[in-house]
Amino acid sequence: MKYSVFSLLRNSLSGHKHWTPAWRNPEPRKDYDIIIVGGGGHGLSTAYYLAKEHKLTNVAVLEKGWLGSGNIGRNTTIIRSNYMLPGNNPFYEWSMKLWEGLEQDFNFNAMVSQRGVLNLFHTDPQRDAFARRGNAMRIDGVDAELLDREAVREMVPFLDFDNARFPVKGGLLQRRGGTVRHDAVAWGYARGADSRGVDIIQNCEVTGMRIENGRVKGVETSKGYIGCRKLGLAAAGNSSEVAAMAGMKLPIESHVLQAFVSEGLKPYIDQVVTFGAGHFYVSQSDKGGLVFGGDLDGYNSYARRGNLPMVEHVIEAGVAMIPGLARVRVLRSWGGIMDMSMDGSPIIDKTHIEGLYLNTGWCYGGFKATPASGWCFAHTIAKNEPHKLNAAYRLDRFRRGYMIDEKGQGATPNLH
Amino acid sequence: MLIKCPHCGSRPSEEFTYLGDASVKRPGSTDPSTMDQWFDYVYLRDNRKGRMHEYWHHSGGCRSWLVVDRDTLTHEIFGSMTARDWAKRQGAGS
Repeated sequence: MKYSVFSLLRNSLSGHKHWTPAWRNPEPRKDYDIIIVGGGGHGLSTAYYLAKEHKLTNVAVLEKGWLGSGNIGRNTTIIRSNYMLPGNNPFYEWSMKLWEGLEQDFNFNAMVSQRGVLNLFHTDPQRDAFARRGNAMRIDGVDAELLDREAVREMVPFLDFDNARFPVKGGLLQRRGGTVRHDAVAWGYARGADSRGVDIIQNCEVTGMRIENGRVKGVETSKGYIGCRKLGLAAAGNSSEVAAMAGMKLPIESHVLQAFVSEGLKPYIDQVVTFGAGHFYVSQSDKGGLVFGGDLDGYNSYARRGNLPMVEHVIEAGVAMIPGLARVRVLRSWGGIMDMSMDGSPIIDKTHIEGLYLNTGWCYGGFKATPASGWCFAHTIAKNEPHKLNAAYRLDRFRRGYMIDEKGQGATPNLH
Repeated sequence: MLIKCPHCGSRPSEEFTYLGDASVKRPGSTDPSTMDQWFDYVYLRDNRKGRMHEYWHHSGGCRSWLVVDRDTLTHEIFGSMTARDWAKRQGAGS
């Protein structure tokens, strides 16, 4: 069924009794051409683009929980393409372009809202660094504007402009950045993939891999053995666990990142505002809750929940940036497990095992990359070679010395 | 999380700075033939789900380097020792 204003009217008139499920819930077949491990944003978008761009539909997505139960439903919904380094920027800008056409493309309302992403700066050197980043973005055709203090004041007058430690001197604005309803991204891709024939199999955990003579044969799962010719791993925080089934050790550590939402407020913050110096960023959801977060807790974790010191730190930073938040009540906080890579950049690549492909290392920036990640991973799997957009995201770049270290932190996953 | 420092007793985790997996071994040689060992040491991690030994620095306290035995799935802490004792124990084991 194609969703449109007409289908909505028709179903309204018949009392909403005839909507069909958005996707099937099939039992796995014995064998597929391609299996994707992980039914999150990246796994589902990979399946969608395999079917749509490459006409490969004998595909299954295996998800150990329910569809979209991982980071695609646990992030803070921000999209942006404000990267600086070659290798990153064309990729993330392609992702932004896919976001801009996504809802028409997969016929699902993902509430893509290009409300602008504003990064604040507080010192002259930081202004220089931001100007440099903005220039790098514009060289790659990405929009960027350097705002002075008064222009920022006009946009977000409620900041503490004269904060003693971090007075606001201006900001770098990407107007095309914004937010997207994260769950709808998973649902839209799932529906689009399913309607083209992809089997999405939920509650099906991969427990082992069968590899013979350096070639992938299939996977052992909680629903039995399933054969395949090609196997794509998109397991995010569990990447190391899944890759270990193929005997691989990855340049990845799993870390917990917390996020928060406040009680619903009247419209207050129109943009995404980031206060990088204090480790805080915020936007306001369409329901009115302020969605905000900060940095990693900083220690290896698979727990999907963090500890109180980081909760305190994020809230302190938030109140320092927007004193008016002091009396807002926090409704919920939660954690997600990030696949932190050694240079802060992702990996979309083939592996030394024939038929095994790897998509991991998204750190805490995976959501905005969902469309391009799936698009590039689908290309890599279908053609058995990376697209030029993900050509820099090779697994062997650490050995060869071609790191893409946007933050300049070196091999310290918890600092990226 | 409360981490038991051998010098300061049980202290909150925010007094500590995290380094990571204590099981990685720094190669003893800088000979180019040991490239693979260096690559392994700098970049590759077991990234254990469950109990692991990891370096924590008591940066907001006595400034000792510790090795803490902690579960990454539950955040439960089983014990800790100074990095010196850990190194001695590792040395004795090899």
